[in-house]
Amino acid sequence: MNPQQEPRLSLLHITKRYPGVVANSDVSLSVHPGEIRAVLGENGAGKSTLMKIIYGAVKADEGEIMWNGRQVDIANPAQARRLGIGMVFQHFSLFETMSVVENIALVLDEKFDLASLAVRVKEVSERYGLPLDPHRLVHNLSVGERQRVEIVRCLLQKPQLLILDEPTSVLTPQAVRKLFETLRKLASEGISILYISHKLDEIQELCDSATIMRGGKVTGHAVPREETSASLARMMIGRELPVCEAKPYTGEPHTVLEVRGLSLPADNPFGTTLKDISLTVQAGEILGIAGISGNGQAELLMALSGENPVSMDTVLLQGKAIGHLDAGQRRDLGLVFVPEERLGRGAVPPLSLARNALLTGHRLAGMKGWGLVNYSKARNFAKECIQRFDVRCNGPDSAARSLSGGNLQKFIVGREIMLAPKLMIVAQPTWGVDVGAAAFLRQTLLDLSRSGVAILVISEELEELFEISDRIAVLAEGRLSAAKPRQQTDAESVGLQMSGLFDTTTPEASHASA
Amino acid sequence: MLEHLVPILAGALAAATPLIFAGLGELVTERSGVMNLGVEGMMSVGAIAAFAAASHSGHGATLGLPAGALAGMLTALIFAFFTLSLAANQAACGLALTIFGVGLSAFIGQHYVSYSLPGLAGLNLPLLADIPVLGPIFFRQNAVVYLSLLAFAIVAWVLAKSKLGLMLKAVGESPESAHAIGYPVLAIRYGAVAFGGAMAGIAGAYLSTVYTPLWVQNMSAGRGWISVALVVFATWKPTRLLLGAYLFGGITILQFHAQGLGIAVPVQVLAALPYVATVIVLVAISRDKRLLQLNLPASLGKSFLP
Repeated sequence: MNPQQEPRLSLLHITKRYPGVVANSDVSLSVHPGEIRAVLGENGAGKSTLMKIIYGAVKADEGEIMWNGRQVDIANPAQARRLGIGMVFQHFSLFETMSVVENIALVLDEKFDLASLAVRVKEVSERYGLPLDPHRLVHNLSVGERQRVEIVRCLLQKPQLLILDEPTSVLTPQAVRKLFETLRKLASEGISILYISHKLDEIQELCDSATIMRGGKVTGHAVPREETSASLARMMIGRELPVCEAKPYTGEPHTVLEVRGLSLPADNPFGTTLKDISLTVQAGEILGIAGISGNGQAELLMALSGENPVSMDTVLLQGKAIGHLDAGQRRDLGLVFVPEERLGRGAVPPLSLARNALLTGHRLAGMKGWGLVNYSKARNFAKECIQRFDVRCNGPDSAARSLSGGNLQKFIVGREIMLAPKLMIVAQPTWGVDVGAAAFLRQTLLDLSRSGVAILVISEELEELFEISDRIAVLAEGRLSAAKPRQQTDAESVGLQMSGLFDTTTPEASHASA
Repeated sequence: MLEHLVPILAGALAAATPLIFAGLGELVTERSGVMNLGVEGMMSVGAIAAFAAASHSGHGATLGLPAGALAGMLTALIFAFFTLSLAANQAACGLALTIFGVGLSAFIGQHYVSYSLPGLAGLNLPLLADIPVLGPIFFRQNAVVYLSLLAFAIVAWVLAKSKLGLMLKAVGESPESAHAIGYPVLAIRYGAVAFGGAMAGIAGAYLSTVYTPLWVQNMSAGRGWISVALVVFATWKPTRLLLGAYLFGGITILQFHAQGLGIAVPVQVLAALPYVATVIVLVAISRDKRLLQLNLPASLGKSFLP
């Protein structure tokens, strides 16, 4: 990178307002040819809006965009692509029922010739260490492979600027390392890279420079390697990174949940078959299940929550076979479930918090009688939940969808805790939640487990699992690894297991995977 | 035996033709993620527009087919405006369109009851038409029958081999992704719906100006609905749609002959036979859930606002 050079892209005083919120306020940043610049910030800091403005998907209210020294007006993504801007989306924009080469052909403005394109896809993918079979259907690809498709798709458009939005959230640590090699190679060829992330260690490892955002504003520019995690965190969230505290469990340990040899064929062509899954969760502990979504997480959760009942003897709650019971019957026995999708599955978006509390809280004494609902009890229940779990909202009558992700999650977790469960199953507890609320939620789960509740957490975030779990297992390609105490494992070995490299506990399965 | 079979098969081709047109149109519409249940209505409007144009101009089907296509397309655009621009419920709007179209065609058509048109003669392709058995079945049909096969070949090719087909599939599977990579989702859907309307209009025009060239009320007689069913049961594949249409056409003609032979089965049961048989056969071959889910346009029936 040469600071004398003209920047490839400069944003000058960009402002974007949405009704009730300013997503970007007077944001300026620039990136030079060959530079890898991080855009660092929490969820909701305005990073994604800014990138959408660069990519032409959203129009800024004020401010200028300079591209190679000329002022440009980027009206739509097609124009951005013509300028030489490529974007790898956080939620992939791929089409499941099409092949890799068809997906790529869709974004190229050139003669439609799949055969010759397939050859070029292979060339580019091999040159940058992103191996791909152009003729495979996307729904058969792993998440890491899908990301390769996105990147190769961008590279074939010969971009001068590549934007990556949280590209590592779905990758194993090993795949992250390979991605970084690729990105460094691209930068050495003069491509500018904007790397959006909230992960401090990655940014320190990869990026030449960083622009830090908070609440829609730029709070600082930095050279990440010269900063400490603490100083970057201060710029990002305005204070120190909160840490959780895990006390040892002092109660009587006993098995609360046992899953014995659960196998389940996928019920649709895009699903994952569960293969011989066995696990136990003890009272007073948190069992973390790592792994990338799409490896059977959804299927396992449906089987455990009771949304998809399975054969009776494969799921046991405190020694009682409950596999055949539905979700309501399992809840009656003290199993509660917090799904990943807060709006739509964890809560009904347009209903008030009081009514949402009732959805699972009706089991408590006094909430209903003679077939009628006692709404004042429900409101009091919601009020108590709001107070106890620090839910920021306009009281028990505010609609679920009016809450931020973090506050709604606090409410949902709180609602379940107030049911005094024996077992709590949580999926992605802090997905899309700001740092403060995430720390609060993690501490809440730790405290709950130490009070004698068994907790099963399924998460894609390794750091989170290492922070709160007592034991960690990995779910990959529908198989579950044997759980190891947290102290006896590390991100490296969990990462290897996430790509399916492990022996399961049963002898014949280990034979098959060898 | 053969002397019975030849007219049945020849008749089957002619009877299947409207289903092929309307079905191909609906197939393209649904591939883009839009479910238009108004096929019956668009067909009816196409039928009366074609009949009016043909009888007033004296040009018969030559003017009738384009008029039907235009009328069907305009009707479809009403649907498109409500469901695409205003994001109204597709099922409800489709049903409303059917009621509207059938009613409108009956209202306009009351002036034309008892009118009849000259119809369209078979082409009698030289040499080919004289081949025994095959000649009368395949090579003495009217031009519109061949046009339907041409339409089938074009639609099948476009969907399987062209970028346009890929775009349609992309918009139908995930309008969000298609929008993100820069495709004008609504414009593509407008195009698909308009094409579906034009094809349904041609189907109607064929019925009123070629197949039975005289005006009776309720000309389409449920063929629009059968076309919609054919598309789903054909798992959105043109070849299966074609086979389904010929099956329906074949049984329609077969039961006419059965009625003529005076078989002791109530006429109503015989008349229902093609509908029942087509649905049963297609349900049987589309039972593979995997195939259905792989081909189902994932966003079918869901509104999208960019």
